[in-house]
Amino acid sequence: MTANAGASPVIALKSVTKTIGDGVVTTLVRDIDMSIFPGEFVSITGPSGSGKSSLLYLLGLLDVPSSGDVFIQGQPVNKLDERARAHMRLSLIGFVFQFHFLLPEFTALANVMLPMRALAELDQHAMQERARTLLASLGLHDHMNKLPGQLSGGQRQRVAIARALANTPKVILADEPTGNLDSKSSEQVLAIFRRLVDETGSAIVMVTHDLELAERADRHVRIVDGRIV
Amino acid sequence: MNLVIDIAVTHVRSRLRQTLVGLLGVAMGVGFSVMMASLMEGSQRDFVSQLVDSLPHITMNDERRSPPRQPAEDAFDTIAISGLRTPETRPGIKNPYAIMAELEGWLNGAVAPSVETRAVIRYAGRDTAASVIGVDPRRERYVSKLPTQVRGGDLDALYKSSNAIIIGDKLAQKIGARIGNTIALASGRGEVMSCTVVALFHSGIAQSDETQAYTLIKTAQILAGQTGIINAMRIRVADIMQAMSVAGRIEAQTGYKSVSWQEANEDLLSAFEIRNFIMYTVVGAILLVASFGTYNIISTITHEKTRDIAILKSLGFTEGTVRRIFLIEALLIGLAGTVLGWVLGYALCSLLGTIEFKSPFMDATHLPLYYTPKHYALAALVALTASAIAGYLPARKAARQHPVEIIRGAS
Repeated sequence: MTANAGASPVIALKSVTKTIGDGVVTTLVRDIDMSIFPGEFVSITGPSGSGKSSLLYLLGLLDVPSSGDVFIQGQPVNKLDERARAHMRLSLIGFVFQFHFLLPEFTALANVMLPMRALAELDQHAMQERARTLLASLGLHDHMNKLPGQLSGGQRQRVAIARALANTPKVILADEPTGNLDSKSSEQVLAIFRRLVDETGSAIVMVTHDLELAERADRHVRIVDGRIV
Repeated sequence: MNLVIDIAVTHVRSRLRQTLVGLLGVAMGVGFSVMMASLMEGSQRDFVSQLVDSLPHITMNDERRSPPRQPAEDAFDTIAISGLRTPETRPGIKNPYAIMAELEGWLNGAVAPSVETRAVIRYAGRDTAASVIGVDPRRERYVSKLPTQVRGGDLDALYKSSNAIIIGDKLAQKIGARIGNTIALASGRGEVMSCTVVALFHSGIAQSDETQAYTLIKTAQILAGQTGIINAMRIRVADIMQAMSVAGRIEAQTGYKSVSWQEANEDLLSAFEIRNFIMYTVVGAILLVASFGTYNIISTITHEKTRDIAILKSLGFTEGTVRRIFLIEALLIGLAGTVLGWVLGYALCSLLGTIEFKSPFMDATHLPLYYTPKHYALAALVALTASAIAGYLPARKAARQHPVEIIRGAS
């Protein structure tokens, strides 16, 4: 964070609380203040049910807070409509989940092109070129035209990372990205994240159970019972 | 290809078996609807054309819609009339040839005079009541299809002998008469006239073939005992749908009751309306059932694609885009099913057209079918609307799903 002293945060949460349920109210995250800066690699750990993933979904505009404010590049987003939030997600945020979550009927190349096609800022040729470059940079030269079912777990996760990077996001939010991988693939994913932070200046927020991996991030945030400790 | 269409096509294509089932459902709905509509309208049109074409489009006779006013009614405010005598003979049309000339001045069609009377036909000890129509063969050919319906001779055969008569083939069969036989016609006044059967006719309408006979006007006049009378005009118009308005104009001009084919067959036409209503209800029901298949398939795809919906929404797809994807899937199934249904419908119609069919009431030897793009367009419209509705409901449900709930459920 010291490297970003003085820089504006990409995402900032101010006193954010998220509760669910009408009768029996469960608090998922409680009064959280948090800022994610460009080029920062942040890890979030905590016991199961502590609110790690909920925090990530709030950061990624997949969920709305019950109270408090979320800012993306300094702009409050709480009151934005569904369409504007979706566009922000598409252009500024990339997601990587524990289960790769690729579209099974589309090839690796087509999956990586999906966010670009949805954003529609590049022509077809440029999109294809960028998708190829991304996949190649993640060591998937020979797997571009394969369906997810024809790839190994590690390969699928790398395709998911390439997809998350497709629209050159300001921040990548990864929910247990190594949770389903062996140690070798986990190492590869972590190395890719590190390289991205160093080379592109994107921020990465990674939720993980693995303390050893978490310690290798620039900043390690621990959350218990919905609070940062 | 547009991204939304690309995803929709991929979903539909990757679930080939389900897609085929849905597609066949729609195709069957469209196909059977087209067949039903073609069959129903075909039989209706065939019936109407037989009815309309074999007879004059308008018949004007010497009756009036309402009884003529009595002179006393004009002279006094209130009167009581009783003991009026019923005339024994028909009054006939006054100045028929002048009226004909007048009508021919504006009418887009043809007019022919005739004399209608009733008689009992006797032959070989058998009696049967018949309607005898005196016609002018030279004019008759322009107002009815009688010349083409004559068997064993032609309409001009009426000129060949005195008191020549052409009788319906079923009537001939009933009394056992053949061409060349002399039959006796007894009028209502008891006069008996001998006539020679010079030909038979077959209109295809059993009632006509069994009860009608044609003679020259002069012969019918003698039989009616009213020399020089013309009591009906047979009129044909170029546009049969105009018959009703033309009949109205003739009636307004001449004062004589003019009955168009629509009015003469009012009961039948209103029965057809009910029949059409039933037909469209059945066709609609078939397509509705087919749309349930589409609903089922889109629901299943939506359910199976829950995770994909979460992915797309987490990527930044809006609810509207997700809804469009599933709606397009339904429309793709509907569209492909419709095209297949058109082929199926046409094939079914062609197949039905080859089946031989014998009706005791009609001459048709094959099922009458009517081919029109209207049936295909209508079936397509209903099928696509039903598919869109069937797809919209699960699509809306899919689009409303919260990605976080799905992601949590998957992890």
